[in-house]
Amino acid sequence: MGLALLAIIWLITFVSTYFFAAKTWWLPHGASTSAQWIDHQFAITYLLMGVVFVAAQGALGLFVWQYRDQGKAAKADYSHGNIKLEVIWTTLTAALFIGLNLMGSPIWAAERFEPAQAGSVPVEVTGMQFAWYFRYAGPDGKFGATAPKLMDPSAGSEAAIGLDTSDPASKDDVVTGTMYLPVNRQVDLTLRAVDVIHSFFIPSMRFKQDAVPGLAIHMHFTPVEVGDYEIACAELCGLGHYKMHGMLKVVSQEDFDKWLAAREAEKQ
Amino acid sequence: MATLTPTISVKDPKLGHGGSGVHPPVSDGGDDGRGDNGSPDYGQRLRRARLGLLVIMVPITMLFVSFTSAYVFRQGLPTLDEHGTYVRDWLQVNLPVTLLLVNTLLLLVSSITVELARRQITLQVALAPVQSIPGVSIGSERNFPWLGSTVVLGFAFLAGQWMAWRQLADRGFYIATSASSSFVYLLTAAHAVHLAGGLMVLLYAGATSLLHKPVEARRIVVDVAAWYWHFMALLWIYIFALLEFMR
Amino acid sequence: MATGEVVHVHAAPQGFIRKYIFSLDHKVIGLQYYFLALTAVFVGMFLSLLMRIHMIWPTAVLPLVGEIKPETYLGLLTMHGTIMVFFVLTTAPQGGFGNYFLPIQIGAPDMAFPVLNMLSFWTTFVAFVVLLAAFFVSGGPPLHGWTGYAPLSALTNSGPGEQLGADLWITSIAIFCIASLMGALNFITTTLDLRAKGMSMMRMPLTCWAWFITAILGLLAFGVLLSAGILLLLDRNLGTSFYVPLVVVNGQVMGHKGGSPLLWQHLFWFFGHPEVYIAILPGMGVASQLVSTFSRKPIFGYKAMVYALMAIGFLGFMVWGHHMFMSGMSPYSAFAFSLMTMAIGVPSAIKTFNWLGTLHKGRIRLQTPMLYAIGFVSLFVSGGLSGPFLAQPVLDIPLHDTAFVVGHFHLIMGVAAIFGMFAGTYYWFPKMFGRMMNETWGKVHFFITLAGTYSIFMPMHYLGMAGQPRRYSQFTELAYLQHLIPLNRFITYAAIITIGAQFIFVINLFWSMFKGPKASDNPWEATTLEWTTATPPPHDNFGGHTPVVNHGPYEYSVPGAPRDYVMQTDPASVKTH
Repeated sequence: MGLALLAIIWLITFVSTYFFAAKTWWLPHGASTSAQWIDHQFAITYLLMGVVFVAAQGALGLFVWQYRDQGKAAKADYSHGNIKLEVIWTTLTAALFIGLNLMGSPIWAAERFEPAQAGSVPVEVTGMQFAWYFRYAGPDGKFGATAPKLMDPSAGSEAAIGLDTSDPASKDDVVTGTMYLPVNRQVDLTLRAVDVIHSFFIPSMRFKQDAVPGLAIHMHFTPVEVGDYEIACAELCGLGHYKMHGMLKVVSQEDFDKWLAAREAEKQ
Repeated sequence: MATLTPTISVKDPKLGHGGSGVHPPVSDGGDDGRGDNGSPDYGQRLRRARLGLLVIMVPITMLFVSFTSAYVFRQGLPTLDEHGTYVRDWLQVNLPVTLLLVNTLLLLVSSITVELARRQITLQVALAPVQSIPGVSIGSERNFPWLGSTVVLGFAFLAGQWMAWRQLADRGFYIATSASSSFVYLLTAAHAVHLAGGLMVLLYAGATSLLHKPVEARRIVVDVAAWYWHFMALLWIYIFALLEFMR
Repeated sequence: MATGEVVHVHAAPQGFIRKYIFSLDHKVIGLQYYFLALTAVFVGMFLSLLMRIHMIWPTAVLPLVGEIKPETYLGLLTMHGTIMVFFVLTTAPQGGFGNYFLPIQIGAPDMAFPVLNMLSFWTTFVAFVVLLAAFFVSGGPPLHGWTGYAPLSALTNSGPGEQLGADLWITSIAIFCIASLMGALNFITTTLDLRAKGMSMMRMPLTCWAWFITAILGLLAFGVLLSAGILLLLDRNLGTSFYVPLVVVNGQVMGHKGGSPLLWQHLFWFFGHPEVYIAILPGMGVASQLVSTFSRKPIFGYKAMVYALMAIGFLGFMVWGHHMFMSGMSPYSAFAFSLMTMAIGVPSAIKTFNWLGTLHKGRIRLQTPMLYAIGFVSLFVSGGLSGPFLAQPVLDIPLHDTAFVVGHFHLIMGVAAIFGMFAGTYYWFPKMFGRMMNETWGKVHFFITLAGTYSIFMPMHYLGMAGQPRRYSQFTELAYLQHLIPLNRFITYAAIITIGAQFIFVINLFWSMFKGPKASDNPWEATTLEWTTATPPPHDNFGGHTPVVNHGPYEYSVPGAPRDYVMQTDPASVKTH
């Protein structure tokens, strides 16, 4: 029985660790500036936790076999513990956990404590049951007003976000269902939600942020590779949650300008 | 399985099923609220009941702490209005302060009456052995109905709160008028519900006196209800102060 | 010490209703809680089976159930989570085993307030019935998940099930809060006031410490959940705007304004985090009890174990924001919550080290209860180590609301805590029913369940890292999820097999109650007070006597003692330290 228990614990440990180490299913390819830092912190965490995992499960399996009752007369070791050992492993654990946390904090600070840089592309993202809309401010650099009572999802993108066409700043606003971004330039996102909480999740950009009704949340990231990246909703928002998806297309600055100009032209 | 021979001789207890294992040694005095001679240990029961009350005051406090933190959070919260600008939409509620002060007075007086009721029955418990001696009288048998007065004052307070809600409505503050008015109704109603619970216990205490339960048992009910009543009074003062001074 | 003195025994109840329905006996009430939880877990497992089948075969039409539409899936998901968290994990370990064994293990004849105890069970039962009613009303059960985030849960037109179903859900939870608070009152008062002579706090078994601290957590947390639920009911039914700002649903401007969805999250998680410790702490107590007993060794570091339980309980109230890193909450508070969350990993690690330290140089008896205790330790390690990933906000960015989180909390709550219940069942079954459960089938159940649950929940970590969001009813819409479907299929097959294996447990349980070999009073040769009394214990637990305690709870292999265990009531002349 001891051997069977050791075998199953060690087998489970081995198989789990194998698939982590082999990266059979892994984080998608990272395509933003933060991806390398986040992935680096991830790697350190999983290495350290992996060592602890193997050591703890290994010891558990070993002990239940090694110290199994073999019918001999000797009693077990009568000990109530060892304070010195307790202090040592408590301190080490605290150092490990807190150290890991502090290592990751500068990345968090860079992502979240600071606002977007000057020269970033302003894009407003609006989530609603069950679609994402993206608004570009146009040449005037200003987002026009929107009004809740003008919202009509059945009448096109501009009506879906309730664009107030009487506001002059709205004239050049472009609203699309696909997100275009120029490569190597930071985007200054404003996240909004119209009805319930949604979450704007782009796995390849290592970006996630809840879009909350009643709030306009500012976030930023910088894509570094041209390509198409899927956007998923990552907060339960109703029966269409699983199909509330979008697409981010990262293109060269030229292509981005051409695309935006074409959208502006369509509005005339 | 080896049996450890006890070093003291134990009178064999009557057990319903096989008692082949080790028997626990006998002790004097149980811990089931009964004393040496088998009669209920009311002192222990009172302590236990008071401990229970202390414990139950914790979640009630947490409920109101939670409402308070929601209140503070909401009061300072900016929200996007229909033009997309952040505004603070906290509306100061026009509380019927005079009426609420009257209610507060009623509740404070009721705290005094319930405290007197508590002391009255404590005295009765102390004198109970004396009273059972034939021919002995401890003087005036007419006791002022402090408990009944508390019940009356309690109902008066609840009626007063109802009137306060009507006045609020007359002033245009309904439960959904604004966040601030929602909290006024919420906090006062939650308090009223808890007070009503205490009132039911006081009514029960009064009823048991008619049912001739032993005075020691009744004393425990009145004692615990009285402390609870003081807690309700303190809670009301806190709520009133919050709504009035943190408008 | 006086001899021959018999304490008055409470008259045992007569009649079926007083004995089995409205019993005031904590042992009967404990069994009532246990069987309520057993019913609930099978309902919850059935729901999860339907969920897993739908995820792989979204268009399948199942017998009896029919086609599962997306909103049905979300209703199943909501009810699965709610039933499991409240009516299994918050019911069996505390209300079931705690009710039965806390009084006995501290040497008391019953709980402090037996009538309240009876009421707390029946209130829990009513809460369960109210919850199940949501399946049968128009619109069906709510689709907002067991976490019920507003505004989804606060708007009656945000989806199917969000009308009467959601109101029933909130009402059930509110009733459950009251029931839990009644229970907490009893546990705390009993532990503080009813311990037998010689049973100091530091001589209590770790199970009693776990139940005591769990009750304190419940006492502080359920009031806050109740407040959150009241505000939600007001928003839904009386037009208040605690949680709902100005919103537009399907082109219709709703009448709310100014409310904060984050307020719901703060209040809910202030309760929700301590709640998960309420779910696991009793299992830790049982693990400590069994690891010591079946290793024939005192628990390594009893005092450290007690302080670790207290630290986990205390810190548990300071980490709720780690559920909200992506919520729009201030990034500075995220940092603070993150530090506290890493801190809470420390006492959990201490407990794990101490379990290992207890096993080391023990004389381990690998009977079924011990297998489950070992399984608990293994699962606690696995589930716990995915915590430090989620505790770092920067790593939470890719992992929040993915299958990684689902794997993490299922390993800890959905498996480790359940193993704690299995361990407790196999261990205490002889004392409760006077018979032994079948060892062979117990072992078969153990091995299948251990391998099976790891097969279900370990892969979810890989799925989460690959970016699979949670609460998706199917994976047909996103290209990057397609290559994950085979692994999802594997999980579904593992779930079918593992759920099937649970019938082995149930059959063993009920068959052994009537046909199992008769048990002696102390079949595991354990030291704590429940093993000093008859099997099953008499109505007042100790047959008219109150135990006197002379020793600590884990005096195994004491040098110089006649056997390899010294019971807590053995005479003081036997030297232990």
